[in-house]
Amino acid sequence: MKLKELTTRKERLTSGHRLCAGCGAGTVVRQILMGTDKPVVVGCSTGCLEVSTTIYPSTAWNTPYIHTAFENVAATISGVEAAYQSLKRQGKLDKEIKFVAFGGDGGTYDIGFQSLSGAMERGHDMVYVCYDNEAYMNTGIQRSSSTPRGAWTTTSAVGKAEPGKKQNRKNLTACIAAHDIPYVAQASPSSWKDLLKKSKKAFDLKGAAFLNVIAPCPRGWRHASDATLEMARLAVETCFWPLYEVEDGEWKLTYKPREKKPLAEWLKLQGRFKHLFKPENEHIVKELQEKVDRDWGKLLKLCGEG
Amino acid sequence: MKDMSKKRIVATTGASTVAEAMRQINPDVVVAYPITPQTAIMENFSQFVANGIVNAEYVTVESEHSSMSACIGSSAAGARVMTATSSQGLALMHEMLYIASGMRLPIVMPNVNRALSAPINIHCDHSDSMGARDAGWIQIYSENAQEAYDNTLQAIRIAEDKRVMLPVMVNLDGFIISHGIEKVEFLEDEKVKNFVGEREPLLPLLDVNNPVTYGPFDGLGGFFMEHKKNQADAMERSREVILEVADEFAKISGRKYGFFEEYMLDDAEVAIVTLNSSAGTTKYVVDELRAKGLPVGLLKLRAFRPFPAKELAEALKHLKAVAVLDRAISPGFTGPLFGEIKSALFDLEKRPRLINFIYGLGGRDYTLHEASKAFETLMDVAKTGKAKKTMDYLGLKEVEVLA
Repeated sequence: MKLKELTTRKERLTSGHRLCAGCGAGTVVRQILMGTDKPVVVGCSTGCLEVSTTIYPSTAWNTPYIHTAFENVAATISGVEAAYQSLKRQGKLDKEIKFVAFGGDGGTYDIGFQSLSGAMERGHDMVYVCYDNEAYMNTGIQRSSSTPRGAWTTTSAVGKAEPGKKQNRKNLTACIAAHDIPYVAQASPSSWKDLLKKSKKAFDLKGAAFLNVIAPCPRGWRHASDATLEMARLAVETCFWPLYEVEDGEWKLTYKPREKKPLAEWLKLQGRFKHLFKPENEHIVKELQEKVDRDWGKLLKLCGEG
Repeated sequence: MKDMSKKRIVATTGASTVAEAMRQINPDVVVAYPITPQTAIMENFSQFVANGIVNAEYVTVESEHSSMSACIGSSAAGARVMTATSSQGLALMHEMLYIASGMRLPIVMPNVNRALSAPINIHCDHSDSMGARDAGWIQIYSENAQEAYDNTLQAIRIAEDKRVMLPVMVNLDGFIISHGIEKVEFLEDEKVKNFVGEREPLLPLLDVNNPVTYGPFDGLGGFFMEHKKNQADAMERSREVILEVADEFAKISGRKYGFFEEYMLDDAEVAIVTLNSSAGTTKYVVDELRAKGLPVGLLKLRAFRPFPAKELAEALKHLKAVAVLDRAISPGFTGPLFGEIKSALFDLEKRPRLINFIYGLGGRDYTLHEASKAFETLMDVAKTGKAKKTMDYLGLKEVEVLA
C-alpha cells in the first residue's frame, strides 16, 4: 500500500462533516475505510461520529450508512450482513460487499458490550471498529470503562476528596480476543501503515474481526487540536496503547518501541491529568506507570517476546 | 411430509400455526431469541431451517434488543424479515420498536401476549402489547390459531404496501392460543407465495451504487416533526390497506376480516367489547343467553392500531350498555382499551353506558362464569341506566394479599 496510491482513493467519509477540529475519530474512520476497495456498508452507534456526519438533510457518507441506536451497532450491522448472506445465497444479489460497524468506547466497552459480544460469537462477516477516545465525549466528557484511572471527566470530577476516576480501564481488546474470533487487533492512527494493514486483514478475512483504535479527543483530553496524532503516538511509545494483533489465537506484537517512554510524558500534555502532578497525587502517576509496566510485560509474554 | 400443494386441515397449536405461516411466507431473514411462550414458534422454525426447506438466514441473537436491531438492519438492507416475541422481550425491544417504525421498515412480528413482571408470571395478558401502543406499529389481534395464521399472512402485505411501510405486530394469546390445540386450515403453499409476493424495497442499503444514509440526526433545524407527521399519515393510510388486503385474502381463503368482528350485535341492547381469545368464550355465552331471549352481543376488535374509532362508534351507538374487557390495566387510569372506546364514543349524541372489566391478568381464567357475570352486570346497567362501578375486576380471588 503506497501513500501516493491511497491519496487517489475515493473518500467514503467526505469533508464537510461537523467533527471538531483535531478529532481523532474522523482520521481513524478514513484510514480504516482505506483497508478495502470493495463496496462497504457502514453502521454507526449513536455518538460523536454519528451526530457529526449525518445532520439531516446532509450526509457526509458516500457509502451506504445506517445508524439506529447507541448500544446496538453490532446487532444492526449483523442484521444487514444476514440480509446480504440470504439475498446472495438466493441469487438475488451478486456483488461482494463488506460490512463495518463503528462505535465509540461508550457504545462499545459499556452499553454496546453485549450486542458486540453476541455479534462476534455468531461470527458475522463484519469488522467492528471501536474508536476509543476514553470517555463519553458526545454527551460532554463523562467517564466510561475505557477512561484511564486518574483522569478527570465530568462524572469523575477532581476535588479535595476525589482525584478523578478511581478505577482502572477495562482491557476490551483482550475481552474480544477471548471470543476466539479470526482477528482482533489494537491500532493507532499515528501508525497509519500498521493500521491499514490491520484493517485490510480484517476486511479480507471471512468472519468477525475487531479493531480497537485509539482516537484522541482534544476537547475531552484537554490538549491542543493540532496535537491529536502526537497524543496517539505517545500513547503507543509509552506502551499505554501497545500495537498488537491476535490472529487465529496467535498473539503478535506489531510494533515494539525502541525505548519505552515514561507514561508521565503522555499524561502531562493532557489537561485531564493535570491534577495528578500535584504532590498529593504523585503516587497515582507512579501506580499508573507500574500498571503500564505490568501490562506490557504480560503482553510481551503473550506475544512470545517476554 | 404432507402434500403442501393442497389445502390442509389439521389439529395444531397456535405457535405451530404461526411457524407454518412463516414457512410459507419464507422470509429472507428470521431473527430469533427465546422467551416463553413465544419460543415454540422459533423452535418450529429452527427445524424448518435444519430441514433445509426455507430460504431464511436464521440469526439467533443474544437478546430481544438485538433481535429488533438486527431486524431493522435486515429490513433496511432490503430483506423481508420476521421475528417473534412476548412480554419482557417486547419490553426490552421497546426502544427499537420506535426506531423500526420511525425508519418506516415493514417488519412483521407475532407477539405471543404474556404478562409483564413483577411479579414474574409467564401467562397471558395484554400488558406487553398495550405498553407498545404508541410505538408506531400496526397492531392486529387474533382470537384463535386460525386468525393468528391469517393475520400473519395479511400482515406482510399490509406492512410492505408502499402507502404504509410500517411494522406490524400480530398478537395472539400466550398459552391459551399459542399452546392450545385447535383445528386450523392451511392454504396451499403456492397460494400463499402468490399472495405475499416478493418484497420490493425502497432505497435498500445493499444497493451500493446508490448509497443512502439511514437514521440521520434530525434536530432543531431539521424536519423531525414533518417526519413524525408523515409516519402518522402512513398509519392513517393503513386503514384502507388493511381492508383491501382483507378483501383479497377472503378471495383465496373464504375467510372475511375487517377492523373488528360483530357477533349478534345488530339487534343487541348490551354488548361486550374485547380482544383476542376471550372473544371465543364470550361468543359461547352470547349464544346461551340469546337462547334465553336476552339481547346480548359482542364486538371483537382486530385492529387496535390504527384504531377504528369512527367505525366503532357506528357499530356500538345503538346499544344501551357496553362492557369493555381489558386484559391489562393502566394504574391510575382504567384498562387501556376502555379509555379508547370511551373516547371513540364521545362524539355520539346518544351514548351507551360504559363499564370496564379488568380480567385475565397473568393468565387468570376467563370462563363462562366470568362472561356471564359481565353480561349480568350489563343487563342491570341497561335496565337502571346506572353503573354501580365504572371499573371492576372479573375473577378476582376474595382473599387478602399483602398491599
